[in-house]
Amino acid sequence: MSRRKASERVVVTGIGWITPLGHSIEEVWGNLLAGKSGIGKTKHFDASTFPTTFSAQVKDYDYRQYVKHPEVHEGVGLNTAYALGAAGQAWKCAGLDEFEAEGKLNPERLGIYLGSGEGSLDFDNYVGSNLQAWSADDREIESVSWAEMAKKRFETVCENEQEPNMPLTHLALEFGAMGPAYNCLTACAASVQAIGEATDILRRGDADVMITGGAHSMIHPFGVTGFNRLTALSNRNDDPTTASRPFSLDRDGFVLGEGAGIMILETLEHAEARGATILAEIAGYGSTADAYRITDMHPEGRGAGGAMTGALTDAARSVAEVDYISAHGTGTKENDSIETKGIKAVFGEHAPNVPISSVKSMMGHLIAAAGVCEAIVCVLGIRDQKLPPTINLNNPDPECDLDYIPNVFREKKVEVCLTNSFGFGGQNDTLIIEKV
Amino acid sequence: MSRRVLITGLGPVSGLGLGIDENWSAATEGRGAVRRIKNFDPSGFACHVAAEVAELKVKKFVPKSYRKATKVMARDIEMAVVAADFAAKDAGLATPGTLDNGDECSYDPARVGAQIGAGLIAADINELTMALAESKDADGKFDIHKWGEEGMQHLTPLWLLKYLPNMLASHVAIIHDTQGPSNTITCGDSSSGLSIGESMRVIQRGSADAGFCGGAESKINLMAFMRQEISDRLCNDLNEIDGGVAKVFDEASTGMVLGEGGGIVILEALETYEERVKSEGHEPYCELAGFGASQTVHRESRNWKTDPKGRSIASAIKMAMREGGVEADEIDVIYPYGSGMPDYDAGEAAALKAVFGERLSEIPVVAMKSLLGSCGAGGGALDVCIAAKSVKEGIIPAVVGRENPIAGVKGSNASESKEIGCALVLSTGVGGQNTAILLKKHRA
Repeated sequence: MSRRKASERVVVTGIGWITPLGHSIEEVWGNLLAGKSGIGKTKHFDASTFPTTFSAQVKDYDYRQYVKHPEVHEGVGLNTAYALGAAGQAWKCAGLDEFEAEGKLNPERLGIYLGSGEGSLDFDNYVGSNLQAWSADDREIESVSWAEMAKKRFETVCENEQEPNMPLTHLALEFGAMGPAYNCLTACAASVQAIGEATDILRRGDADVMITGGAHSMIHPFGVTGFNRLTALSNRNDDPTTASRPFSLDRDGFVLGEGAGIMILETLEHAEARGATILAEIAGYGSTADAYRITDMHPEGRGAGGAMTGALTDAARSVAEVDYISAHGTGTKENDSIETKGIKAVFGEHAPNVPISSVKSMMGHLIAAAGVCEAIVCVLGIRDQKLPPTINLNNPDPECDLDYIPNVFREKKVEVCLTNSFGFGGQNDTLIIEKV
Repeated sequence: MSRRVLITGLGPVSGLGLGIDENWSAATEGRGAVRRIKNFDPSGFACHVAAEVAELKVKKFVPKSYRKATKVMARDIEMAVVAADFAAKDAGLATPGTLDNGDECSYDPARVGAQIGAGLIAADINELTMALAESKDADGKFDIHKWGEEGMQHLTPLWLLKYLPNMLASHVAIIHDTQGPSNTITCGDSSSGLSIGESMRVIQRGSADAGFCGGAESKINLMAFMRQEISDRLCNDLNEIDGGVAKVFDEASTGMVLGEGGGIVILEALETYEERVKSEGHEPYCELAGFGASQTVHRESRNWKTDPKGRSIASAIKMAMREGGVEADEIDVIYPYGSGMPDYDAGEAAALKAVFGERLSEIPVVAMKSLLGSCGAGGGALDVCIAAKSVKEGIIPAVVGRENPIAGVKGSNASESKEIGCALVLSTGVGGQNTAILLKKHRA
C-alpha cells in the first residue's frame, strides 16, 4: 500500500512497557485482553483524605535488572526507572543487544525521541523548608534563611533528576545513543508526538534507529492535588477498579496512572538489512493544536479531527480501511463525547463500524506515557488479531454511541489501526499503525 | 527536495530589553545586564547576581479578550507570550493577537505551527506555601490529612495549569490562532534550539507553512536557583558587579550567571513569505539553512558535564553544515552555547577546534550569555535572534569579558561591520542534547 521507498518507511521492531498491569510485554497484554484493572488504593503517599484516594500504580518494580550501567542511574526518579525497564525490554525484543554485541550498531545513527514527564518534587524537603522559612506576617518565604536551609537539605541528584530530559539522558547513557535526541512534554499527547517526530527523523535519513516513547509518574501529593483541584479525577473511592469508565454515562473523571512505554523504530531498509522481526509500520502521523482554550477541548473536536485526518492522509489510507481505533478515552465527561464527535466527523458513515477501545479503563491514564502504551496495543493487536476491551462499560452514554468493544476482548482481522492522544492545553496527535 | 525556510520575525525578551531593537543595541554595545538579584534576597546563596527581565507587563501584549487568562501564566509563560507578540509584529504578521480591527489574518491557521521549548517551571513558592501553612498540625508540622481534606482548597482550581510546560505553546497558539503542529520540547538549555530545528522540519516536510518557535524560562526563583547552586554551576566572583558582563571562554570563568528570558522566532517557507509580502517593503532576516542535533554520552559525569573532546557537539555542527551545503571555512561568526561553566566551555572549544582548526582563533565567537545570562530553555532562541539580526545587518556584535581567552578562542573585540554569509548557533546543556543551527544570508 505504502508509496514510500524502503528507506523512508518506518517500522516497529521492538516494544516494551512498565505499567500498572505488569512489567513485561506478555503480562500486560494478557491482563488487557482479560479485562483486568490495575487500579487500587494509592500507596506512594498517604492520600487517604484526598478527594481521590486511589490510582493505577506500578507494583514491585526494580529497574536494576534491566540495565548494564547501574552506576550512572543511581538515584533516578520513577519516570526514568520505568523508562529504563521499558527500553531494556524493547532493546532485547528488537534484537539490538546482539546487533550491538556484533559491533554493527553505529551510535551516531542511534537517536532518541521521548515524550516524558518531569520527575517528582522532593515533597518532604520542599514542604519542610518552606514552612520553616515562612513568615506569616509578611505572607512570604524569608529567602535568606530558606536558602541556607535548602542548600543543606535538598540533594543534588534528586534535584537534577527532576528535569524532564532525564529519562532521555539516562537512555542515552545506557545505550550509548549519540544521534538526534529530544524530549517533548505536550501533556497527555507527549509520547505519541514523540513517535510521530521520531518517524520523521527516520524518514529524513537523520538516523537508522530511534528509541521512542515516554515515561511519567504524577502520583505524588502535588500531582494529585493539581488534578483534584481541576476536578479531572474520578472520586469513586469506594470502588477503584470500576472507577475508570470511558464512554460510560456515569463516568466521573480519569484515574491517574504511571509507567513507561518504549518502541524501537527503524527504517524498513535498515530492519530488513539486519534481518529484524518487523512488528508493524508507523504509516502515518498527524498533529494539530486546538488553539481554543487552555481549559477545554474545542467543542466540535476540531483539533482532534484534524489530527486524525492528517494521519490518514500521511498514511494514504481511507477511513474504510481502519480496523481499530485505540482511543484517547480518558473517562472525563468532556473528552469521551468530543472524541466521539471527532471520530464521527472524520469517519462519517463508517464510524459505527470501527471497533474502538480505551485501555485507560484498565491501566489508568499514564499522562505523558499513555500514548505510547496505546500505540503498543495497536502493534500487539496486529500481531495477535485481538483487540482489548473497554471495561466498566455497562451504562453507555447516549452521546457515545459507537462500538467501544465493551467489557470483553474481540478477535478480529486487524491490519490498520489508528491511535489518538490529546493533550491538556490542546495539542493533538494521531498515528496510523499498520501490518507490514 | 525540501522547502527553503526563512527567518522573518524576531521576538527576544531578556535582561537586555524587550524586542529585537533593545536587545540588538545592547549586543553591539557590549552592554551586560548582570546585577544583584531583585526577585528575592540572594544573600543566603553564594552567587548574588543574575540578568533579570526588568519589566514585563504581559497584559499589554495580549488582546483585551485574553487579559483574564494572564492570571494563570507563570513567568516563563508570560515571557513566551510577550516574545511571540514582538515576533509576530516584527514579521509584519496580522494575527488575531496583533491585528487592528478590519485587518485580515495573514495566514491559514491550520498551516501555522508552534514549537516552543520550556523548562521545569517552578510553582510560585509564596502562593503554594501560603496554602501549605493552613495545613499544620498542633506541633506546627505539615499534616497531609489536613491538606487532603481542606488545605488544597486554598489553591486556585487552575493552579496546575500555571506550571505545565506545554502552556507556553498553548497560550501562544490560542492568542495567534495557530492550529498546525505544536510541540513543547523540554531538554534543558537545548530546548529552544531543538524547537527551532523541529519547526523547520515541520515546514520542510509540508505539515505547515510557517511557525512560531523558540522557548523561554526563568530560573530566578528560589527552587531553580538553589538547584543550580547545589550543583556547583554558578559563578562566585561577580557579586559586586552592577550592569556588567559575565566571563565566558575566559581562563577566569568560575561558572555561569543565570538569566531569564526567551525568544520567539517566526519561520516561513520561502514561497509562503514571498506570497505574503509581495506588495510590502518587509525584508527577511536570513535563511535557516541547516540544522543538526546530537547527544553527548559522558558516563563519567552522568552527562552533568559535556564530553571534554566535544565529539557530539562537533557532529551536530557537521550535520548542520552538510545540510546547508557549506564548508567550515565559510562560517563567518559563531554564537556558541558559551555558558561560562569551565567544563562546558572547554568541551565546546574542543569541538570548535576540531571543526575549524587553526582558523578558530580568527572567527568571532559571540557568547550572548556574557550579557544576558543563561536563560535555560530560552537561551538558544535568544542566540538565534541576535545571530539572525547580525546576518541581516552585516554587523558582528561586541565580544566582551574575555581578556584571557581559553586556548584557541578569539578574545574580546568591539562590534564590527562585516558581510556575514553564514552564522552558526549552538546549544548544549546538562543532559547532553546538542544542537547546531546554520543561518545563511538571504539572497533573493
